[in-house]
Amino acid sequence: MLPLLVELPPLPTLRDTAFIMPEIILTLFAGAALVLDVALPRSKKHLTAYFSLIGLAFVAIALAQQVAMTASLLPISAFYGMLFIDGLSVVFRFVFIVAAAFSILYSIKYLEFEREQRGEYYALILFSTLGMMFVATSGDLIALFVSFELMSLSVYVLVGYFKRDKRSNEAAMKYFLTGIFSSALMLYGLSLVYGVTGHTNLGLISETIAGYVQGGTAESGDPRLLLMVALVLVAAGLLFKIAAVPFHMWAPDAYEGAPTTVTAFMSVGPKAGAYVLLARMLLFALAPMREMENLPGWAALLAVVAVLTMTVGNLAAVTQDNVKRLLAYSSIAHAGYILLGIVSGTDMGYQGVAFHIMTYTLMNTGVFAIIIALHRQGVIGENLNDLNGLFSRAPSAAVLMLIFILGLAGIPSTAGFVGKFFLFGSLIQSGKPWLTYIAIIAVLNAVVAFYYYARFARAMFLNAPSENIADASPLLLAPSVRITLTLSAIAVLFFGIYPQPLINVADIVAQSITTVYAQSSGIALR
Amino acid sequence: MTFQQLLFIGFAALVLGGGIAVVLLRNPLYGAFALITSFVGLSALYVMMGAQFIGAAQIVVYAGAIMMLFVFVIMLLNVRADEERPPRHRFLVWLAAPLALLLSAGLWLAVAGVQGDRAPSGEAGTVERVGKNLMTRYLLPFELTSVLILLAVVGALHLAKREKE
Amino acid sequence: MSNDLQNYIPLLMSFGLASLIATTLLITSRLLGPRIQTREKLMPYECGNDPVGNARDRFSVKFYLVCLLFILFDIEAIILIPWAVVYRALAEELGNKLFVYAEMMIFVATLFVGYIYVWKKGVFDWSK
Repeated sequence: MLPLLVELPPLPTLRDTAFIMPEIILTLFAGAALVLDVALPRSKKHLTAYFSLIGLAFVAIALAQQVAMTASLLPISAFYGMLFIDGLSVVFRFVFIVAAAFSILYSIKYLEFEREQRGEYYALILFSTLGMMFVATSGDLIALFVSFELMSLSVYVLVGYFKRDKRSNEAAMKYFLTGIFSSALMLYGLSLVYGVTGHTNLGLISETIAGYVQGGTAESGDPRLLLMVALVLVAAGLLFKIAAVPFHMWAPDAYEGAPTTVTAFMSVGPKAGAYVLLARMLLFALAPMREMENLPGWAALLAVVAVLTMTVGNLAAVTQDNVKRLLAYSSIAHAGYILLGIVSGTDMGYQGVAFHIMTYTLMNTGVFAIIIALHRQGVIGENLNDLNGLFSRAPSAAVLMLIFILGLAGIPSTAGFVGKFFLFGSLIQSGKPWLTYIAIIAVLNAVVAFYYYARFARAMFLNAPSENIADASPLLLAPSVRITLTLSAIAVLFFGIYPQPLINVADIVAQSITTVYAQSSGIALR
Repeated sequence: MTFQQLLFIGFAALVLGGGIAVVLLRNPLYGAFALITSFVGLSALYVMMGAQFIGAAQIVVYAGAIMMLFVFVIMLLNVRADEERPPRHRFLVWLAAPLALLLSAGLWLAVAGVQGDRAPSGEAGTVERVGKNLMTRYLLPFELTSVLILLAVVGALHLAKREKE
Repeated sequence: MSNDLQNYIPLLMSFGLASLIATTLLITSRLLGPRIQTREKLMPYECGNDPVGNARDRFSVKFYLVCLLFILFDIEAIILIPWAVVYRALAEELGNKLFVYAEMMIFVATLFVGYIYVWKKGVFDWSK
């Protein structure tokens, strides 16, 4: 008998609804943004952007109400176990809101300039954010998959947002076809998980699998091989989304072809969403499969992927001249670093994952904001040469860019260094020799990465400005963008020197991961 | 062999045959019809497993609406069978069969390990069961699906509609 | 399990009968019918007139849009069925009619936003 709903659980109450208040507000604003788009005249379409930003502010306020609820670090389950509110979900939802708000802010002038100012753009970003937020709060395979698709589908459309741009079309097509294929693989994997365990609830799955990893019972047979197949399929789908090797091929093309503002968004928001889903699946539902007797667990598989990912990403980035492609490979490399934290399986590793994702969001959106500003009449601004002499043309932009680039490179005294320190350090801390070797490879990788990040600095500060007439026109930096960028840069430096406040936040995530796993059985259903 | 097993083999053959035909047929329109055959077989398999609702939805949504879209797109693109170019990586074709066999063998091995009562209960997929589950336990994903459909409307419209400047 | 499936035996029989008749007719006409091919017979049939142009004409993208929207609202329609079937029983069991009603209304309201959007975008306006 498949376990199905037999007796009816109690109705969702207002308490349950309070848990999805941020999401409800976001849905209302996203829907309203759509209606606003068709209601506003062409000259006033940019108002949708400000409307969306106000919406995100309300969402953040509603989410702030949940901070106190998760103080106990015990996850709260609502909507018949569909929802799963813990420290991880609260912290990451803030990250998503920040990523979305930054992307919208940086997009306003860019879209105006491209004459593509439309409300759908902002509605799509909001819908994608809604998907991410539900990914962070879902505790059930079905809810997770639906919200994951909500997040991904919006981004597919956003990548092809410039309909008249052939590159944008091509990128969208490639991204969509490969993305849908990987989603299908993941869905197949999830269906196998359900088939083996008979549950869609992550907690119940974890509990059931824990009973199987020793080889199963006489009644169930040995489902470990089938679980391995499911694991590989689910991991393939998720690794595709975070562009880990060998599922990274789409990233450079999609990053290059997409509108630069969308590249900025997809490199932080949906990517962080995929990390959250990866953490939920591997560190919670499939956690008992980390290491298995006589069979490779996911820790070994993920370690191989992580090493390949950072090595391939860094080596390929060295040869790139297009800034967007270079950053695509750099983000592949960073995906490799972040996976290390999950592989290590220590508190320090989880802290590193959370810390690095948070600071990466600031640094990467910052770098893209400057590249967006370079985009002007006649100048695509995507070649590394376009940065030549930026310091003499726009000193403040060049300095901001330098801070973000140094952060990505992981130079000490920037937040990027702290993240890498935690990620690599956790491998050594775990005390396993094979993880120490991986830590050495990771450090070597970081050294290779210095080279291509240094190319940015050289172009901006040492090279003479290109002989291009259009270069003389001012950069597209609105005051609000300038303030946001300055604040992000200050944050990158501040958390590089005094990381403790952000480490505390990262610790909430790490604690919730370990607590959730320790009590997976007790909290599965309300 | 019971009558039921015979039915299963028949419908499974329909599903697989249709699928293989989709891959092999050069004319996209024939491919679309082969896919319909496959969907019909799949629907019958769902019904045999006691999932009547999914079986019906398979026919209405997939064999009906989605196949209609397929055929429209084929007509929209107006691809002719003879316009197709030969595949660029011919060696991949020869690699496909052994890899598929390897995958099947691996899956067989994995499934063979599992025992236990996995027989469908016969009422798991009735409309009542689906409705009840959808309206209570799976309420949240259900409502989320409406947002997903809304997004699909917006996205499809944005990508496919010609703007008047 | 076989008890439920017995309901489907008539359906299965009609499927079998239909395919049997179709294949028999095709094969017998193929075997017995004389084949004399003339130019007129091989011409595409256009109500007796000589055909004008190629039958494989490009379709307007408008058809595609309508078809796409049909799928999406088709999914909505099929999801309404299980709700309608269990509505009375579930409302009684949960003791809250409004709740079960509101569940579907939220779903429909979300899609209604899409409908307004599509309408205002002029997808149904074919004269333009």
